[in-house]
Amino acid sequence: MEKARPLWANPLQFVFACISYAVGLGNVWRFPYLCQMYGGGSFLVPYIIMLIVEGMPLLYLELAVGQRMRQGSIGAWRTISPYLSGVGVASVVVSFFLSMYYNVINAWAFWYLFHSFQDPLPWSVCPLNGNHTGYDEECEKASSTQYFWYRKTLNISPSLQENGGVQWEPALCLLLAWLVVYLCILRGTESTGKVVYFTASLPYCVLIIYLIRGLTLHGATNGLMYMFTPKMEQLANPKAWINAATQIFFSLGLGFGSLIAFASYNEPSSNCQKHAIIVSLINSFTSIFASIVTFSIYGFKATFNYENCLKKVSLLLTNTFDLEDGFLTASNLEQVKGYLASAYPSKYSEVFPHIKNCSLESELDTAVQGTGLAFIVYTEAIKNMEVSQLWSVLYFFMLLMLGIGSMLGNTAAILTPLTDSKIISSHLPKEAISGLVCLVNCAIGMVFTMEAGNYWFDIFNDYAATLSLLLIVLVETIAVCYVYGLRRFESDLKAMTGRAVSWYWKVMWAGVSPLLIVSLFVFYLSDYILTGTLKYQAWDASQGQLVTKDYPGYALAVIGLLVASSTMCIPLVALGTFVLHHLKRGDAASVA
Amino acid sequence: MLWLLFFLVTAIHAELCQPGAANAFKVRLSIRTALGDKAYAWDTSEEYLFKAMVAFSMRKVPNREATEISHVLLCNVTQRVSFWFVVTDPSKNHTLPAVEVQTAIRMNKNRINGAFFLNDQTLEFLKIPSTLAPPMDPSVPIWIIIFGVIFCIVIVAITLLILSGIRQRRRKNKEPSEVDDAEDKCENMNTIENGIPCDPLDMKGGHINDAFMTEDERLTPL
Repeated sequence: MEKARPLWANPLQFVFACISYAVGLGNVWRFPYLCQMYGGGSFLVPYIIMLIVEGMPLLYLELAVGQRMRQGSIGAWRTISPYLSGVGVASVVVSFFLSMYYNVINAWAFWYLFHSFQDPLPWSVCPLNGNHTGYDEECEKASSTQYFWYRKTLNISPSLQENGGVQWEPALCLLLAWLVVYLCILRGTESTGKVVYFTASLPYCVLIIYLIRGLTLHGATNGLMYMFTPKMEQLANPKAWINAATQIFFSLGLGFGSLIAFASYNEPSSNCQKHAIIVSLINSFTSIFASIVTFSIYGFKATFNYENCLKKVSLLLTNTFDLEDGFLTASNLEQVKGYLASAYPSKYSEVFPHIKNCSLESELDTAVQGTGLAFIVYTEAIKNMEVSQLWSVLYFFMLLMLGIGSMLGNTAAILTPLTDSKIISSHLPKEAISGLVCLVNCAIGMVFTMEAGNYWFDIFNDYAATLSLLLIVLVETIAVCYVYGLRRFESDLKAMTGRAVSWYWKVMWAGVSPLLIVSLFVFYLSDYILTGTLKYQAWDASQGQLVTKDYPGYALAVIGLLVASSTMCIPLVALGTFVLHHLKRGDAASVA
Repeated sequence: MLWLLFFLVTAIHAELCQPGAANAFKVRLSIRTALGDKAYAWDTSEEYLFKAMVAFSMRKVPNREATEISHVLLCNVTQRVSFWFVVTDPSKNHTLPAVEVQTAIRMNKNRINGAFFLNDQTLEFLKIPSTLAPPMDPSVPIWIIIFGVIFCIVIVAITLLILSGIRQRRRKNKEPSEVDDAEDKCENMNTIENGIPCDPLDMKGGHINDAFMTEDERLTPL
């Protein structure tokens, strides 16, 4: 008797698992940046259009494939066509790369979380220098939050070539992160199904708390108004549309095989169309919600810095001209400056170079994304709030939930094909396979805890998944529509769920979405080719800021390997299956 | 004669205490920044207190225990509030070396701050840098303690889950063998009666006709 495939205990677990996987760090640190760069409120127009045209159809397709084939990505694509099991292999490879570097973010979140239980927060004050007469030089040039990130957390080296050794503190945190992930995936859907209740819902609790706190902060409205004011001319910028499409694509986590894996544990009769629409809507709603929180935090931080700047200028003028303490305020500053310039021209011209031009717009204009936003900008805002320890703990706890939720999906994408394969699952129990995968990932992940680790992290983050995923999803769509046959797939779905597939989905699957993906692919390829040598941002400790450097040769080779190892799977496996078939046919012919 | 002496004394004083003079220090107070509405006005009484605090600090220096308030001279008081001061020796002809004044003020900065309700940022002695307080460094960093706690919890949870998984699997392995025993017993019983084993027919893939199942309920229970 065949062992029954484990199922989700109820459909809610499946929906929560998908939400937990799709709603990740990208919603918090990439979407607000895009919104700010490409026209504020008007970015929502291309975003929602791409959601309807690209996000929902592709998500529905992946969930339907997983639910119909009831196997992980490799098995599912092999069922569709034996020549296309390379697509599944490519998905597993990309998921493997992703899980390698993604868990390092969880390690950093743990590090900051553990350090939030101190008073004062360690990133709010600069450490003293050797003889206690002033602050550490690097910390003075940069800011205390940047210093804590680059020096205390990463201990970053000046360039990629200088490797340094493995730092034991981030290594310990990475080990803990992998242990937590192992704990969650240990029992398969049984344990994952329970964990996703928390990883899906807790971030929303924290976001709501932060929304209330953020909106009541002084200066929050400045940020909100500035960011959300629509700049309609950006709608004509093709980059806005391309970035909207890319964001929808990567935010939903298509092509990794996680969605196929999750859907394969579904009852065959579940309504995957409804689930697809719900998950994609919730994902986009979360992005917009998170950007409201982020912009109010930005506004608070910018206003705080602007007022600090004004205070510094007032203090400088008060000290130079021995004016009465408290005489200069923000409102009369310009007036008094004018008066002083005319009354004491020589003294004023001496002091003039030191007077900074304080501008709220320039503070708001600093657009940051990625780890910089999460670990530098947010911590800077948090350290200025009251009861900053509480806000810090809440924030990093939320980052952890988001990160672990996505990790569950990534590891499911790797484990489901492995546990489906008869060869492996007959020799090793489920727990051992999960343990091995976590161990291998943790060991390789130690590379990212070295001094140059953050540079390797950026390489993986930028190149491991982008091109490969576009190709994978393109081949997926073409495979389902033209190799398997759209009509056959449609009748399968109807038999499985009892509902007909509307014409809208068929048009999107067969025509619009593949065209979109091809155009995205062409755009990215041409972008890479046109930029020539790839560059990266390195931290210069002597200047206290980032500088641009070229990648050395071996780093470029690694980038090439990353992209090639996943994309080449598709043609190589197809070729291999073709050769095997020919050999078998040759044998059969010779036997006959 | 007295007038002449008076002019002489003030002239000497004026020479000793001048902005930028040797051994003179500039002091800057930001009372309104520190205290807001509760700020007090800077008047001659406050200046007297300042002179007293400086004299007090100098008295703590060895060999200078005889410093009096009158040895401290203030000049150039501005609206800011800022002024210059020097400390003279008992003969009132020379000023004390800057190094001595510096060490004295640094050692007693906290007392001086406290007397005026100010802190190092709002009561500045230019050219006398204050020693910054070193941050509290506990022997074991706090983060390691929290890390250790969470680490132990996770390890315990993993061990429990793995052990319960192994136990479940052992139970599953025992069950099929128990079911097989029951089958054998049934077969033995039936072969005694009839030669046709009845129960195994049910278990080995036969279909139960639901129409006949309900007949059991028609029989009235005893």
